[in-house]
Amino acid sequence: MPGSIRASDTGRTPAAAGPRLGTGWRWWARRFLRNRVAPIGFVIIFASVVVAVTAPAIVPYDVRAMSPQDALTPPGGRYFFGTDEFGRDVFSRVLLGSRVSLVVALFSVLTAVALGTSVGLAAGYYGGWWDSVSMRAMDIIFAFPAILLAIAIMAVLGTSLFNLVIAIGIVYTPQFARVARAAVMGVRSLEFIDAARALGMGNARIIGRHVVPNVMAPMIVQISLSLSLAILSESALSFLGLGTRPPTPSWGNMLSDGRQLLELAPWNAVFPGLAIMIVVLGFNLLGDGLRDLLDPRLR
Amino acid sequence: MQRYLATRLLALIPVLLGILAVVFLLIRLIPGDAVQLFLGTQVEMTPDQMAELRRFFGVDKPIWAQFVDYLGRILRGDFGVSLRTSRPVLPDIMARLPLSFQLAMFALVIALAIAVPLGILSAVTRNSAFDVLTRIGGLLGLSMPNFWLGAMLILVSSRYLNVSLGQYVPLRQNPLGTLESLYLPAIALGVAIAAILMRYIRSSLLEVLGQDYVRTARGKGLRASAVMLRHALPNAMIPVITVVGFQMGYLLGGTVVIEEIFALPGMGRLVLRAIFQRDYPVVQGVVLTIALLFVVTNLVVDLLYAWIDPRIRYG
Repeated sequence: MPGSIRASDTGRTPAAAGPRLGTGWRWWARRFLRNRVAPIGFVIIFASVVVAVTAPAIVPYDVRAMSPQDALTPPGGRYFFGTDEFGRDVFSRVLLGSRVSLVVALFSVLTAVALGTSVGLAAGYYGGWWDSVSMRAMDIIFAFPAILLAIAIMAVLGTSLFNLVIAIGIVYTPQFARVARAAVMGVRSLEFIDAARALGMGNARIIGRHVVPNVMAPMIVQISLSLSLAILSESALSFLGLGTRPPTPSWGNMLSDGRQLLELAPWNAVFPGLAIMIVVLGFNLLGDGLRDLLDPRLR
Repeated sequence: MQRYLATRLLALIPVLLGILAVVFLLIRLIPGDAVQLFLGTQVEMTPDQMAELRRFFGVDKPIWAQFVDYLGRILRGDFGVSLRTSRPVLPDIMARLPLSFQLAMFALVIALAIAVPLGILSAVTRNSAFDVLTRIGGLLGLSMPNFWLGAMLILVSSRYLNVSLGQYVPLRQNPLGTLESLYLPAIALGVAIAAILMRYIRSSLLEVLGQDYVRTARGKGLRASAVMLRHALPNAMIPVITVVGFQMGYLLGGTVVIEEIFALPGMGRLVLRAIFQRDYPVVQGVVLTIALLFVVTNLVVDLLYAWIDPRIRYG
């Protein structure tokens, strides 16, 4: 997906160069609010999370209730975003569709973070043959176009929410491995690591106490940007019929249905796409803003 | 340059083996074995007959031996036989490859045509209204699902502009017809790349404009246009080349989704149909072909990079 390049953007500068994270919450909150884009992104994401959590309670109509007499009603009036060919309310379905997008994005990125960070930390910290073998393996995943690999994995595993998380998680693993490795390489030879070792700290403790906190800054930026890519991937897979299946509404499969009605009832395709765009924009704004905040050298 | 070329080609071997291993193992992840897949569920067979068939297909051997067999077949250009049409897979893929490749390239050209001028103007007029608007546009382009943009382009062109989408015309028949049938899909595919490249060009140019040698060039009294064209731009554009290489994956993978929405008969539609028909040799073949195409285009971009920037060649 686009934006893979940001992996190298953030990987380029090790965290050691940036300010430490533990400089006090007030100071960070002030800087966050003074940033022009991050707060906007944060508000968008916060609002979408609230919608996703409360969706079953706030939707005006039952998303599965069909009312044929109201089929293909244009937006406005009783139906804010209009209705689909079964007379189901598009607005309610868009609200509820946020759940699939956010849940899949969140869990697939968590999978990628867990896998990628472990591989990258170990590779960067221990070096040697483990570094070459594991990073070559990551290169091979990178050698496939992301969406194509996700499609192939879904084709093999079959469509389910769990498999969707696995497929997208695997695809974005190498980026986290690279960010983590680059960050570790940056701090590995610094004095405080030597000091920790001289004090008799074990490897696991050094990684946990001294390396991980220094990897946090580029990691957070990468997480935010990966969430935006994961949402786009999920919607593409669902659009192709390889992700979430009807009747569960997701933005991707709504778009797939809406495409058939493009001439007749374009609102079925317009609104789910706008919803995707707004949430993805939120994560992009947050990611961009955080990068400026956490990595002053890139400003 | 020759030494660089040689090392690059050597470094390719493990990546190619890795790609082949992944494509080979993908199919092994499917529950059930290959013979069962080939026969489908209707055919009843005795265990003896199954064992015979396994020997015939070579799936009774250890997995590494099967992989060696697979490598041998791929090297001979044997991508297997479709389970649905019983035709060899490779000719079918080759017939559809030009469309997908042309679409990806066309999208790249459109992306560059948008990104280069906007990125430069944006950097030069830093923080002006134009810069802010372009950057907002860039963020929107980055956030838009490409298949949705495709649907919107179809909607606008058919509903409001009364432009009907033509059938795909092969390049050899009528190059203009090819452009006409591919420009909307190429825009849909290229916009996100345009946004990425634009952002990158802007920041790369801003970085270069702050360098000492640009100040020196200004200091010795060169005209602003000469500073820009001779000193700043060439240096700013070099790293952009690698970004282009990186995004080839998005362009090639994205064709699958874009071909689906524009009903174009390329490799993407071939692979999607194969997935739903559980025609695994075709799925394997297309995934392998697109991955190889990605590797090759990336290599070409890297070589171009090294050719333009001697620091890479001799570094």
